[in-house]
Amino acid sequence: MYYHTLQGPVKAVDGVSFDVQAGERFGLIGESGSGKSTLALSIMRLIKPPGHIESGEVLLDDVNVLTLSEEQMRKLRLAGMALISQGAMNSLNPVMRIKPQIVDGLQSHGIQMSKREWDDRVADLLQWVGLQREVADMFPHELSGGMKQRVCIAIAISLRPRVIIADEPTSALDVVVQHQVMETLRRVQEDIEASVILIGHDMGLMAQFADRMGIMYAGRLVEEGPVGDIFSNPQHPYSQLLIASLPSLEKKGVFQGIPGFPPSLLDLPPGCVFRPRCPYAIARCAVEDPVLRPVGPNRSAACHLLEERQKAMS
Amino acid sequence: MTALLEARHVTKIFGGGLIKRHRTVALEDFSLPIGGGQPSITGVVGESGSGKTTMARLLLGMESPTQGEVLYQGKNLRRLSRPEWRAFRRDVQIIFQDPFEVYNPFYTVDHVLTTPIAKFHLANSKHESRALIEEVLQAVGLRSEETLGRYPHQLSGGQRQRVMVARALLLRPRLIIADEPVSMIDASLRATVLDNLRQLNEEFGISLIYITHDLTTAYQISHNIIVLYRGSVAEAGDVELVVGQPQHPYTQLLIGSIPLPDPNRRWSDESGRMSQVASHKQTGDGLGCKFADRCPHAFSLCLEKAPPLFQTNQHRAAACYLYQDHPSIQREEMDKVFVWRTAS
Repeated sequence: MYYHTLQGPVKAVDGVSFDVQAGERFGLIGESGSGKSTLALSIMRLIKPPGHIESGEVLLDDVNVLTLSEEQMRKLRLAGMALISQGAMNSLNPVMRIKPQIVDGLQSHGIQMSKREWDDRVADLLQWVGLQREVADMFPHELSGGMKQRVCIAIAISLRPRVIIADEPTSALDVVVQHQVMETLRRVQEDIEASVILIGHDMGLMAQFADRMGIMYAGRLVEEGPVGDIFSNPQHPYSQLLIASLPSLEKKGVFQGIPGFPPSLLDLPPGCVFRPRCPYAIARCAVEDPVLRPVGPNRSAACHLLEERQKAMS
Repeated sequence: MTALLEARHVTKIFGGGLIKRHRTVALEDFSLPIGGGQPSITGVVGESGSGKTTMARLLLGMESPTQGEVLYQGKNLRRLSRPEWRAFRRDVQIIFQDPFEVYNPFYTVDHVLTTPIAKFHLANSKHESRALIEEVLQAVGLRSEETLGRYPHQLSGGQRQRVMVARALLLRPRLIIADEPVSMIDASLRATVLDNLRQLNEEFGISLIYITHDLTTAYQISHNIIVLYRGSVAEAGDVELVVGQPQHPYTQLLIGSIPLPDPNRRWSDESGRMSQVASHKQTGDGLGCKFADRCPHAFSLCLEKAPPLFQTNQHRAAACYLYQDHPSIQREEMDKVFVWRTAS
């Protein structure tokens, strides 16, 4: 996915591949500008010009979403895959009560029922996410941030999608409320057996929520694997440094930041994108761009060092 | 010894006038003397609406208290003479949350460094001023040739925030109030800024008030911590004790809700259950404990009278009736439970 600008193409997401199993919670982590939100929008096909999906495919149950017609795509959104975006709670219409906002999405997917049935359907959805049925007749400003975010979860699950993409769903909320919202998301996801792609920058949240995770850096996926393995034994130097820089609640120490700063996506360094900040870089890193290759069961990382080490061992 | 800056029984109420009847008590009966003894780092943590930013604005004289007073070297901020106000402006510095908004995009970053030099006559010549700037930039780990002459948008968030730390250091203040200094910075750059702040304390003997919603970073750099809940102190004391074994039910809830970056230790069911208790009932204005409506341990006394601070240990105090058999201490004596690390 490139953004075409006057200064040239911004390679916001470049050659990223991963798969998510049914019912799985997949975490996608990266710093600001790493392309994680762009990836979410690409999957939903919500990229607007100057952004353009250059190549690749998004497969949902073996159907390439990128080749569907606009109308098919409109039907697929919400019913097949739903997005809870960053600050979704601010996307609620402030002058409309909650009920018509939930009903709206369902009606546009061709569902029709009587007024009484709608009332029950909305009440069920609200109860599902832990809200009282009275919320249906309230305006968004009468709800707290956590309640609004739960309304958005209710809308997202209203058609029982196969995939829920949650892009920083709790970054505007306090920790206590964040905990409640994430628990709600986990519960409904298990109920409808949907997959979740959780996008965020908080390693803690990933550790708590995800089964598997991918780490993004400058538009690339640099490592992917089960959450437990990545935290206990990160392979890519960026993952290692990122995990080492996390402040803990138990050990006080001199924490290590990662020296340098992320590259401009307009002007990426040749070879590996992480090379300028990598303490272990070798000559090959400056010329050749590493690709994601397996480094263990269900795990892969994009780093020349790991490949060299594997070669040396065999 | 007179404290450098002291809040004494400060209450701030917003609204409540003729037009806007609704009153919001942002901060209630808050007392804190700062910078009397050893220079130390005091963390102030709370969620949004806990009054932590209001506290910072009151201490900086950007807001006047509704009740109580803020004292600079024993004198009310509102009654400072012009030279005293200038001295206050130099002794107490602030680092804001947003490293994007504090810069004027039309000036190079040099502007934020040369302005205080000119205002406070810190240098006699261009050459001296340049040397001063290079010195402080070096102290925060920035190379002057890579920083000076650039525009704000050419620097990363972390670099911009470090320039702000350098600016604060330039004036050699005695106290820096940092309001969420790292919450807008990416994880990989956050550690460096925190390290800079710690250095200010250790190497330059500057006291620091570190305001945040993030208990983990507060734990990492603070010596003492104050937990605020809806404008009142819930728990205060040695950070090791408060974070290690929280006593106030709110602190327990807060710590239990932190997503630990450790997949083997997922959110406990207990804290999950407690967070479900949360309701949006407001307790009566000023009556009873503010946490009572969410507290699983609440009993009748909690609804009648706000709890004082009970000193449960030499180095901590909690405002909770669960500890009422311990001696209570006055709000303005809160710093008695603090630990003072001797300078090494």
